[in-house]
Amino acid sequence: MSNQILERPKSLTQKQFHYCPGCHHGIIHRLIAETIDEFDLREKTIIVQPVGCAVYIYEYFDTDVSEAAHGRAPAVATAIKRVSKGKFVLTYQGDGDLAAIGTAEIVHAAARGENICVFFVNNAIYGMTGGQMAPTTLPGMKTATTPLGRDVKKQGYPIKVSEMLAPFEGVSYIERVMVSSPKHIIKAKNAVRKAFKYQLQEKGFSLVEFLSACPTGWGMPPVDAAKWVEENMTKQFPLGVYKEVGLDD
Amino acid sequence: MRVLMKGTEAMAEAAIRAGCSAYFGYPITPQTELIHYMSRRMPEAGGVFLQAESEVSVINMVYGAAAAGVRVMTSSSSPGVSLMQEGISYLVGAELPAVLINVMRGGPGLGNIQPSQSDYFQSTKGGGHGDYKLITFAPSSVSEAASMVYDAFDITEKYRHPVMILADGALGQIMEPVSLPEQGASKPSVKNWALTGAKGRPANKIFSFYLDPKGLEEHNLHLQEKFKNIDDEIKYEEDISDDMEILVVAYGTVARILKNAVQKLRGEGRKVGIFRPISLWPFPESALKSASMKAKQVFVSEMSYGQMLEDVRRIVPDEIEVKFYGRAGGVVPSPNELYIKLKSLLERGV
Repeated sequence: MSNQILERPKSLTQKQFHYCPGCHHGIIHRLIAETIDEFDLREKTIIVQPVGCAVYIYEYFDTDVSEAAHGRAPAVATAIKRVSKGKFVLTYQGDGDLAAIGTAEIVHAAARGENICVFFVNNAIYGMTGGQMAPTTLPGMKTATTPLGRDVKKQGYPIKVSEMLAPFEGVSYIERVMVSSPKHIIKAKNAVRKAFKYQLQEKGFSLVEFLSACPTGWGMPPVDAAKWVEENMTKQFPLGVYKEVGLDD
Repeated sequence: MRVLMKGTEAMAEAAIRAGCSAYFGYPITPQTELIHYMSRRMPEAGGVFLQAESEVSVINMVYGAAAAGVRVMTSSSSPGVSLMQEGISYLVGAELPAVLINVMRGGPGLGNIQPSQSDYFQSTKGGGHGDYKLITFAPSSVSEAASMVYDAFDITEKYRHPVMILADGALGQIMEPVSLPEQGASKPSVKNWALTGAKGRPANKIFSFYLDPKGLEEHNLHLQEKFKNIDDEIKYEEDISDDMEILVVAYGTVARILKNAVQKLRGEGRKVGIFRPISLWPFPESALKSASMKAKQVFVSEMSYGQMLEDVRRIVPDEIEVKFYGRAGGVVPSPNELYIKLKSLLERGV
């Protein structure tokens, strides 16, 4: 006799993820889908997806989904949230999408205190286009467009998104997490839950930044990539809560 | 009841009366009165008004509101509309309805803030990336601009394709008596494709991404089929006779100025006709062709150095000569200037 102890979240379709072995997108998708289910929000959720590796989100989530042009998800989500009463709106964005081409959109959505959740996946590289330098690429890190490693004298320094957005008054909650081990996945799940609560209590803009592995883009086996997140990315991007205005009981 | 209103304000009020419940904008001259008007009226009407950080954000907010199924509009002027082109391409690809207003000013670059018609190509030939054309209407009076905006909401929903109202700085700024359309007569259509939460139905997806070439070709074929049906929206105004010495073709403010010149010449016994395309895309091709065949020559005037001219030349039979006179850079031709130009063409004969 066997007992099923885990099932696919209702907010995901049956479609198999296309992500590379060791990529963290799948885990992050699952955390968000589980939380949508927990709060019974599937029928109220509208997801705005990025351009990048997660461009197929509309195939994976069994919720209403809108594509957005590269970087523009916060503008699209702003409008959806403002014209739709009682709906739950989130964006899912990578580092190129959110911290390079979409910098204006994310900064102003945060400054306006848009009542949306942003799930920001920072893997320090452009995965989908073949591993080019991202705004979050670590100093010295080799990418397709920094073959000798990111030279901060020439290519500048990485952008720390959580630190940058936290001071805005419109921001209610920001936390940086990673999903490299079961312990951290549990912490990350709690951050996702908290972000959801901030929107449900109409507290304004919330963002969870996930440090995430890209074994293909980094040219590493999956286990080494997860270890690299823990040992290298957390030095540049320390984990923790960057803003928390407090929830009602 | 007729009221005296500026072109920009009449267009804003017409939108609200058509049930537009969301407006996103960014300040740019010469259409700032429209965003001012909306900032006051939209909340009164229970809708959403938001001043965004750029026209890039504006058009993506328009996209979001359209995806959520509400009637949405934005307005801008030439440089701002250039910034919106990416988003317009996405609206077309995802088949989202929206009403856009371009109160054209002089370009290229920052240009100036005076009236111009130099965005004809941008509006009617694509503008953004991909294989599409934008439904484009060009008003030539405040009253027409208001009714055009009002009707545009039905048209954009009918085809799930954005509609551009191509006005110019003169039309935006002049005040004229206008009979505003009734509130409540025009109603948003039922949109079973809109993102409202997947309750009691399969999840809806709004996208323009088709990685498989066959899938994207099919999507393009579907769009092209749809574009053919838009021929139903062709509109024009003509005042012609069977034996014209010259047929004058112009749109918007220039058509209006030319009417004066045409009347003066008719008063002098000249046989002059006038043809005004109202829909610039789809262009009134067959109507213009048959009108031009009744004339010895055709005269085109625009506030550009010849953009609509290319469409007219393509349509008018080769044996009929097409002459052109354009002013640009924000210079509006005067009635007398156009009269003199036409007179000299007539005296020279064919």
